[in-house]
Amino acid sequence: MNAPRKRPAHTAVLRILRRGWRRLISMRTALVLLFLLAVAAVPGSLLPQRPLNPSKVDAYLAGHGAWGRFLDRLGLFDVFGSAWFAAIYLLLFVSLVGCLVPRIRLHAKAIRAKPLPAPKHLERLPESGHFETSASVEDASAASRAVLGRRWRVVRRDEGGGVRTLSAEKGYSRETGNLIFHIALLAALILIAVGRLFSYQYNFVVNEGDGFCNGVVPDSSRLGRLAQDGAISPAPFCVQLNQFTATYLSSGEPSKFTAKVSYNKTVSAPAQAATITVNHPLRIEGDRVYLIGHGFAPKITVRMPDGTTREDVQAFLPRDPTTLLSEGAFKEYGKQGANTDVGIEGFFAPTPADTGGGVITSVSPDVNNPILGIFIYQGTINATGLPQSVYSLDTTKLSRTGQANLQIGQTVRATNGVTVTFDGWVPWASMQISHDPSQDYLLIAGVAMVLGLIGSLGIRRRRLWLRITPSASDDPSSLTVVSVGGLARSDSGNFSSEFASLLERLEAAVGPAPEPELVGAGRE
Amino acid sequence: MAVNSGMAHLSDTLFTTAIAIYTLAMICYAAEYAFGRRGRIAMTSRTTPAKVLVRAGAGESRDVDSRAPRVTKPISPNRSGRTSAVGDRFGRIAVGLTVIGAVVHASSIAVRGAAVDRVPWGNMYEFASVVGLIAVLAFLISLARAPQIRYLGLFVMLPVILVMFLAGTVLYAKASPLVPALQSYWLAIHVSAAASAEGILMTSAVITVLFLTRQRYDKRVAARLPVRFPISLGGRLPEPATLDRVAYRAVAFAFPIYTFGVIAGAIWAEAAWGRYWGWDPKETWAFIAWVIYAAYLHARATAGWKGRSAAWINLLGFSAMTFNFFVVNIVISGLHSYAGLN
Repeated sequence: MNAPRKRPAHTAVLRILRRGWRRLISMRTALVLLFLLAVAAVPGSLLPQRPLNPSKVDAYLAGHGAWGRFLDRLGLFDVFGSAWFAAIYLLLFVSLVGCLVPRIRLHAKAIRAKPLPAPKHLERLPESGHFETSASVEDASAASRAVLGRRWRVVRRDEGGGVRTLSAEKGYSRETGNLIFHIALLAALILIAVGRLFSYQYNFVVNEGDGFCNGVVPDSSRLGRLAQDGAISPAPFCVQLNQFTATYLSSGEPSKFTAKVSYNKTVSAPAQAATITVNHPLRIEGDRVYLIGHGFAPKITVRMPDGTTREDVQAFLPRDPTTLLSEGAFKEYGKQGANTDVGIEGFFAPTPADTGGGVITSVSPDVNNPILGIFIYQGTINATGLPQSVYSLDTTKLSRTGQANLQIGQTVRATNGVTVTFDGWVPWASMQISHDPSQDYLLIAGVAMVLGLIGSLGIRRRRLWLRITPSASDDPSSLTVVSVGGLARSDSGNFSSEFASLLERLEAAVGPAPEPELVGAGRE
Repeated sequence: MAVNSGMAHLSDTLFTTAIAIYTLAMICYAAEYAFGRRGRIAMTSRTTPAKVLVRAGAGESRDVDSRAPRVTKPISPNRSGRTSAVGDRFGRIAVGLTVIGAVVHASSIAVRGAAVDRVPWGNMYEFASVVGLIAVLAFLISLARAPQIRYLGLFVMLPVILVMFLAGTVLYAKASPLVPALQSYWLAIHVSAAASAEGILMTSAVITVLFLTRQRYDKRVAARLPVRFPISLGGRLPEPATLDRVAYRAVAFAFPIYTFGVIAGAIWAEAAWGRYWGWDPKETWAFIAWVIYAAYLHARATAGWKGRSAAWINLLGFSAMTFNFFVVNIVISGLHSYAGLN
């Protein structure tokens, strides 16, 4: 015996690669990957996610110590941006491509192929039956062809001995639909990726009466990797918030938020008016401007330690989404290094209620005799010079000089002679400019997916064969026999009843035997 | 925008009435199921009355159970297990009650819509009610096309009543106008697609449970093992292959609707929240359920996964969808927190 010939190493590697590839594109692998994808998405809904809510993630990390840090290292606070989630869907993507290419080739061939010749034993097919007729083979064949109509692709074959077979097939577009769905799915995935790379979002908090411009110093932004900061498409535009109104039911449930804006498509273009509501963004050539949230900006007048007065208006952040009890800060800087900054920290209660002991809360988001509760400080507001939140005060270098709950028009005097007057409030709206260059194409892909699915799951793939055997020439009493067999190549619809009714129509059209007798339309 | 409290009250009364009628219907279905079986045992031991022979003979029951039932008793011509005269009477009453119940149920939903002057599926209570109605209508339509499935009514009414009971107690929300985020015509499109798909997928899940029961029953009978209560129900169920096919067809019908619902949701999200997809918990779970049902459709075409494994995937998909409806809406906070349960 010969020793097995050693194959060169590169062939072995190739073989392993080829086997790995075959396994990757198999349905079984696709199934496993689909499950992995579903399982991988679960923590994304159960754990706080950084892109959605970074402060919740920080709170979770603070509360869970080493366990939290471990989860963080696994990327569980940004599941949908993590490497392993990407690995699963990229594998699925490759597996899908590998599966689709040969299927497209096969289907292209199948569409042009003739229906297969009739099997020998039609009665062994899942559905079968036969009937006799006095019609000739030629007439029976022609009548049967007419019954099948245009939806069936039919090929006539002669088997010798005067026996004629018809092979019929329909439902080719089932696979077409299937392929369209999967190709559209691939296209959608690519479009989503492209959109992510080039999209941008700018967020602005705008007091009523103020405005903002596309890409110019937003309060926060989220940019795709290939979108440059300050990117604007197609042209810079500016939006001015003329009026914001929120209306509520007596229960405190919101009923309508409306932002009346005017905007310029370009710097030199004339201003146009528009109304933005929650479900109706302003669409300006590829960009959309949304009304995302709203709140209150109290207005105050401060008399500084040096006797000068300042007017200020600051957006406060809602702490309670149902009553809109809001918190915020005013920062009035004095001469640098003189410890004469005035810092004011406080809350705004749109519809205040005393919970006892002078502690004010809000009972409704609607504004009704609002109260501004403040603590007044003096000292140095920003000792470090680092950026600070505009909504809160760092009180380490400040000392408290007074406090009060003010109604509109009331003034409080602090111990150092500083006075603060609550002048009123204006609403603010948080507005968002969004841009995603691929989303219109994505919609087309989505429509194609649904249509493809409908075809892929709804169209019935059927095969049918007829064998028409002439009467025996030596027996004048014998008749032409038409045997029919059918095969459902998809589970949609009820093929048994389809077959039964088709058999009936065939017999009616071909012309019954003198003594009509339907034999054995049973299934097994 | 004002709520018509008289009509809202009427809607609530109709809702409760519908539950009561459905419960009566369920009792009658249960009676048909129970008496039918006793009837069959009696028939197999005696000579079969001609009347039953005619009714249950040839074509009509073919699709439900054309193969010989796996009982050790002599084979009865009454193959579909259809019922003694008493059982039949109960069955007829049950269908009548189901139709009346569905009419009352539909009026409850319509009146609620009129009371608040909007589409009547703006919170979890209303949504659950609509899903229940769709499940009942799906059963009635199937019944019109295949009368022999009547005795399965018990297994449809049971989950429907459960869902409606939860809707009326845990999920109940007073009639009120919509919050601004829901004031969009997409509410009519997105939510009705979701409700239809979920109603049909619920039916598919019920049939899948029946399939697994019947399969377990067959296996135990074949192995001559004792068959105890829930599995013993399998003896009168349709063939496993039939149940499997019907469950598949329901998913094949619902899956494009569900896909459309998710895409409609994405279009709405683009208009309401500034992005078409943001991995909000509701979106994430809709995605998970979609992927699992996609896996089910693939599994049914893959050797080694057909039958039992595929059936469990179907149930897994339904669990994900149920989780999405109850847990995500009530426990996890997200943009879809419209339950009205605060």
